[in-house]
Amino acid sequence: MSAVSTLATPLLAPAAPRPVRATAPRPARRWQWPLGAVLPVLLLALWEVLARTGALPPNLLPAPSRVLATIAELARTGELWPHLGLTLGRVLLGFGLGTALGTALGALTGYLPLLRRLLDPLLQGLRNIPSLAWVPLFILWMGIYETSKVVLIAVGVFFPVYLAVMSGIQNVDRKLVEVGRVYRLSGLELVRRVFLPAALPAYFVGLRNGLGLGWMFVVAAEIMGATKGLGFLLVDGQMTGRPQTILASILLFAVLGRCTDSLLARLSRRLLRWQDTHGTTT
Amino acid sequence: MLQLDHIGKQFDNGVVALAGISLHLQAGEIVTLVGASGSGKSTLLRLVAGLDAPSTGRVLMKNEPLSGPHPAMGVIFQEPRLMPWLRVQDNVCFGIRHLPAEEQAARAAAVLARVGLSKFAGALPRQLSGGMAQRVAIARALVTRPALLLLDEPFSALDPFTKASLHEHLLDVWADARPTLLLVTHDVEEALVLSDRVVVLHGHPGRISQTLRVDLPRPRRRTSPEFQQWKERLLQAIGNEHSGSTAQKPLLSLSTDANAAGG
Repeated sequence: MSAVSTLATPLLAPAAPRPVRATAPRPARRWQWPLGAVLPVLLLALWEVLARTGALPPNLLPAPSRVLATIAELARTGELWPHLGLTLGRVLLGFGLGTALGTALGALTGYLPLLRRLLDPLLQGLRNIPSLAWVPLFILWMGIYETSKVVLIAVGVFFPVYLAVMSGIQNVDRKLVEVGRVYRLSGLELVRRVFLPAALPAYFVGLRNGLGLGWMFVVAAEIMGATKGLGFLLVDGQMTGRPQTILASILLFAVLGRCTDSLLARLSRRLLRWQDTHGTTT
Repeated sequence: MLQLDHIGKQFDNGVVALAGISLHLQAGEIVTLVGASGSGKSTLLRLVAGLDAPSTGRVLMKNEPLSGPHPAMGVIFQEPRLMPWLRVQDNVCFGIRHLPAEEQAARAAAVLARVGLSKFAGALPRQLSGGMAQRVAIARALVTRPALLLLDEPFSALDPFTKASLHEHLLDVWADARPTLLLVTHDVEEALVLSDRVVVLHGHPGRISQTLRVDLPRPRRRTSPEFQQWKERLLQAIGNEHSGSTAQKPLLSLSTDANAAGG
């Protein structure tokens, strides 16, 4: 018995992360999952039954099984992957661009009051323009192809990220900043070693909001004009009177959006493990 | 070591916090600033720390005028002020990141052993009790080997037992390297256990009303009659300044606003 345990421990040790005390929420989360799944499963079953009995008009609301079959068919013929890849690529590119710009400008305006007074009113003004209003202008400037789409998504992502970084940095505890000053950190070091880590929780909220808007704007961009992409499938389904294609596309958007968001959530949980807060962020 | 020349401080809102403060600290001396809340003692410490600039007069550190925080100086605040995202070890090394890694590790290990927290080097601040966190803060200040250590009511948030043991820790450390200590407190016993000199601040704006040289032999026992006599004397020195205003005697009063004014 003891021989087994002495053998087993060194094998397990490298895989185990550094001991963290906050293991309590783990079992709780495992129990939460099925409860949250009850309602969607019931609704789907009801929908399936109603569709099969003909209570729902199949030309308007096809059964869930038909929607899934449509996705399977698209995947089998290989038609699905270019749509999926292109949409995902547009979102990621736009997200990257918007995040980079939002982070840089947010950090500057959050850290330097002078720059905030100079820049922030302008940016807040621009923020109040509904971003979709830019679409015609962007198409006019950059054409109907990729550039205008990516830029539109980037604009959508930019504002929540910018706001989160700026307010996150402004709200950093003065007392921690003073510790940095006592150790005579330079401006850049102070930003890197105090401001950025302290603003990280707010930053992640901004990133997730931004990503959500990115997914919203890719739909808008692809509906406006695209020959490929999940948004194109929406329009195509409408034109050809195939609601199962529209629903398939919506479902894929939901799955992709959820996957990318939970990637961010997981990253945030990992990086913010130090937080002493009530409950974990999900 | 440290010289204050006719220091005055007026805040932007027009409030004058300090006027005509002159004080000289010898190397290795332990000096305590006491006084009622609002007498400007924390403000004075911030000026010495280089976190704020005096409106009049000047602070000389090793005969040079101070402009911003001095490298030979450490500060321990009322709260631990640890970076919540750094483990204890990294918090301790916060001020010595410019040193080689081995040197950092060696110094951190030594100083953590000094405050009795070697086992907690890998812990996050949220896993520490208040007293442990404050010990980490002390370790972080000591690891730079400061010639002047400034302490702003560093033990006021702790229970009496923790407080007493940290006094011991502090005196042990002081006996090692003999840094100059300048400490702000409103705890009369703390002032007497630690100090060579007690400086009493009083009034609005704060001025030095008295300086007492504490000649009790070390180690000092709180229960000794001499200590009790000194306590009486110091309480009187502080209390006399309040005899004019009976409305508030923060050190002795039991009224609720005395607590509110404590910070």
